Amino acid sequence: MVSFKKPDLDSFQERIHIATLFVTVCFLLLVTRLVWLQLVSHGKYALLAESNRIALVPAPANRGLLIDRNGIVIGRNYSALTLDVNAEEVKGNVDQLINDLSEIIDISPRDRRNFKRSLEDSRNMGTFPLRSMLNETETARFMANRYRFPGVEIRARSFREYPYNELASHLIGYIGRVSQKDKERMQAEIEGAKADDPDALQASFLPGIQYVGKIGLEQSYETVLRGVPGYDQVEITAGGKPVRTLSSSPSIPGKNVVLSVDIKLQYLVEQLYGNFRGAFVAIEPETGDVLAFVSKPNFNPNDFVEGIDSVTWKELNDSPQKPLYNRPLKGIYPPGSTYKPFMALAALENKKRTPSQTISDPGYFDFGNHTFRDDKKGGHGIVDMQKSIVESCDTYYYLLARDMGVNMMHDFMKPLGFGQITGIDLQGEARGVLPSTEWKKNTFKKPEQQKWYEGETISLGIGQGYNAFTILQLAHAMANVANNGIVMKPHLVKAIEDPFTRNRVLTTPKESYRIDLNAENIEVIKKAMLEVNISGTSAAAFKGTGYQVGGKTGTAQVFSLNSKEYKHSATAEFLRDHALYIAFAPVDKPTIVIAMVVENAGFGAQHAAPIARKALDYYIEGKWPKEIPEWKRAP
Amino acid sequence: MEKSPLIKVKGFFFGIFSGLDRQLGLILLGLAAIGFFTFLSASQNTPVQILEEVRNLVLSFVVMWIVSRIPPKWLEMGAVWIYGFGVALLIAVAAFGLIKKGARRWLNIGVVIQPSEIMKIAMPLMLAWYFQKREGIQKSWDYGVAGIILAIPVFLIARQPDLGTALLVFAAGLYVIILAGLPWKWILPFVALGVIGILLIIIFGSTICAHDVVWPLVHNYQKHRICTLLDPTSDPLGKGFHTIQSMIAIGSGGFFGKGWFQGTQAHLEFIPEKHTDFVFAVFSEEFGLLGNLVLLALFFALIKRGLAISASAPNLFTRLLGAAVTLIFFTYAFVNIGMVSGLLPVVGVPLPFISYGGTALVTLGFGAGILMSIHRHRRLVQS
Repeated sequence: MVSFKKPDLDSFQERIHIATLFVTVCFLLLVTRLVWLQLVSHGKYALLAESNRIALVPAPANRGLLIDRNGIVIGRNYSALTLDVNAEEVKGNVDQLINDLSEIIDISPRDRRNFKRSLEDSRNMGTFPLRSMLNETETARFMANRYRFPGVEIRARSFREYPYNELASHLIGYIGRVSQKDKERMQAEIEGAKADDPDALQASFLPGIQYVGKIGLEQSYETVLRGVPGYDQVEITAGGKPVRTLSSSPSIPGKNVVLSVDIKLQYLVEQLYGNFRGAFVAIEPETGDVLAFVSKPNFNPNDFVEGIDSVTWKELNDSPQKPLYNRPLKGIYPPGSTYKPFMALAALENKKRTPSQTISDPGYFDFGNHTFRDDKKGGHGIVDMQKSIVESCDTYYYLLARDMGVNMMHDFMKPLGFGQITGIDLQGEARGVLPSTEWKKNTFKKPEQQKWYEGETISLGIGQGYNAFTILQLAHAMANVANNGIVMKPHLVKAIEDPFTRNRVLTTPKESYRIDLNAENIEVIKKAMLEVNISGTSAAAFKGTGYQVGGKTGTAQVFSLNSKEYKHSATAEFLRDHALYIAFAPVDKPTIVIAMVVENAGFGAQHAAPIARKALDYYIEGKWPKEIPEWKRAP
Repeated sequence: MEKSPLIKVKGFFFGIFSGLDRQLGLILLGLAAIGFFTFLSASQNTPVQILEEVRNLVLSFVVMWIVSRIPPKWLEMGAVWIYGFGVALLIAVAAFGLIKKGARRWLNIGVVIQPSEIMKIAMPLMLAWYFQKREGIQKSWDYGVAGIILAIPVFLIARQPDLGTALLVFAAGLYVIILAGLPWKWILPFVALGVIGILLIIIFGSTICAHDVVWPLVHNYQKHRICTLLDPTSDPLGKGFHTIQSMIAIGSGGFFGKGWFQGTQAHLEFIPEKHTDFVFAVFSEEFGLLGNLVLLALFFALIKRGLAISASAPNLFTRLLGAAVTLIFFTYAFVNIGMVSGLLPVVGVPLPFISYGGTALVTLGFGAGILMSIHRHRRLVQS
């Protein structure tokens, strides 16, 4: 016990004590930290760990079918194999992977772009389709090389398909991938719905919604068709690899939408138009069912489903034919002489004329220092109301317009639906123009423009001047008259069908309102219109019908639809008159009314009426014109 | 009289374990057991060989046992050689070491070794030897010499760069110097400076961590690490990811833990380096605060015992060496748990006896062996 000195040991002991103190303090620091993490903040971190661990994998809902009034499916889904890539696996070398894959499977630059876009769009982990609709050879080739591509797999996916391609494209519309805007809009919708109904929580699973209706019925019935996407709660690793499914919430398929449209009639009319542009609307007056809703030319909605390629898009967009333009819904045309039966009815209802009251038509009408001319040189002679319709006498209506004045005309035409939104179940309907002094005052800025001039009233009588309506409005008005003043809201969809039980719920069969019209007056008009097709302007087109049909031809000067847009590409063809036609049949109890325009086709009797005749022959008698290829059900 | 076989076996074991400090041995066994069970859970998804872990643990105990048999006198005699050899290797590393991940830390001498590891033991050995030499004639400038002895390898390691190891080696040496009697008036200013510095960093963290601010003397990645510590969310998918995820693991463990093999953070691979440096997060998640308190108690007991052994050691060399080795254990544990729980920057420091890794286990076994040797030979030297 001699080899160390006492004082040194004491000093060492002292330092050991201090070291022990230091160690103790440090350990208390650690304990405090752990207590903080594991007791105080435990809830927060437990939640974080949970959200770390669980991913919601969307299970998209099957979209509802689009079915015509006779059960023909015009919008459906099919299952096809897709090449799916796990986003986590390709981080960093997307191009390399796609290059390697394209050695065995054809991958277009468009596929590549789309895939990269979905990768960028979605910061979520998950799998994304790289190529869809793999054929058997490609599937087999991939399976043989599968080991080379971890994270790439083949899966069955559901795709939207429009089996008749261009047919009825404007009314069907199409679906497309959800855009950022769609997402924001849906988020807002969902939050609104949640406020109303807290149980609607499931609907908030936005990532499950990959496609959304962009236009047409696909858009306006989106919420019905979409269904509710489900999801699986999947435990995932930090790398996003699924480990096991914890729970799943099944998707609820969308409901089927049953159209009031007769797709065969639609097909026939589209065929009859050939290369002509135009719009055609057929309505069942008693119900407001739209039987046909044609816009020509049309486009193939299938091109849009997976994202349209730029070439096709440019073609469609730049075409002077405007194939993307929904003419019956948005195109506004002066009604021309098809307006005359409505004018005549207005005269009767307002007691400005009696059916037998006549005028003498010299072939023109002088108003102020302007001469309004009639079609027929030398005039129609003595003209009563029926003759004015049958022969389409302009002078009769110049005088009538003058006698009624713009506001009386407006007040009568408004409840018929002219210049009004019909409320059809499509978005983007044009209102058109039903002129009145009030309208002019509100429309123009300068005081001298706001004033209504008497001279402007005259041409309104023959459906020209400021008059500008959609073909839908024209058909609607015709239906309202044919239905004796009972106004049914026009609609393309008749019922919503449950995909499992097949139970149907009618959508809008109710009347909107009634116009107080004198039945005798309506009879006068109907009779005159029937005579049009017996001895009048369109008699030739309706020779030998086995049913009674009332109609009226019209010819409209090129006006609203094209005047601005076509200035540069204006050709002689685009300056020709539009041919219009309205009809209803059978006369005693109409089951169908028609309004149509054939753009730049010239006289209504010549180009529009024959199409109407064939459509009616088919719809009423089941006669199929020889020159049109038979309807074939899609495979 | 012929001894019975049972007595023989007993005798053999007593022979083997004679002189091994029983308290220290039990603590280490406890730690090793915790380490092994945690390892089983942590390695579930990563096929690290269980046999390898067993082998490392056995190797560690064998090293400990061998070292415990070596008289401290031999270590004292070898101190300069070991230190010199270590510094020579460090110079060799600087000259023609292997570069991995931008750092020159390794030397290929048939097997790849990391000489800075040797310094963790060599440094306290050397300094303890020096102060032993100067015992009784100690002058102020001895601390200067000790400082130089300390600075050379620390400098060499720091410029590899391996700041974590440099700091540990520095700490190991500093413990010896302080315990040898470095005057308080020299220590306190540094402590004060350190405390003020840390406070300043915490207060002005967001300012100095701005992207365009360049720190003097440290690499950009080191600045990044400290800044990430101050605000892990500033880089949630990069450097901050480790800290955030391990904090989530610890926090979500709660008081009782999720249970053995039930840690989702660990098993779903959210914890990086989960069987090495971040193994504490795995343990914490599965065994909760309760488990952590047990673990910390074991470490605390280990340090208490180590310090107690040093306090009763026979001469200055053994006292300094024992206390320094003990404090190295402490530093490892504190820095590791501190970094995993988000208190300290992320530096590569294993959790003693818990983390997987052969080198660390062997070094630690060596350290424990030194403590045992000191304990075993306490009387031999004194008498």
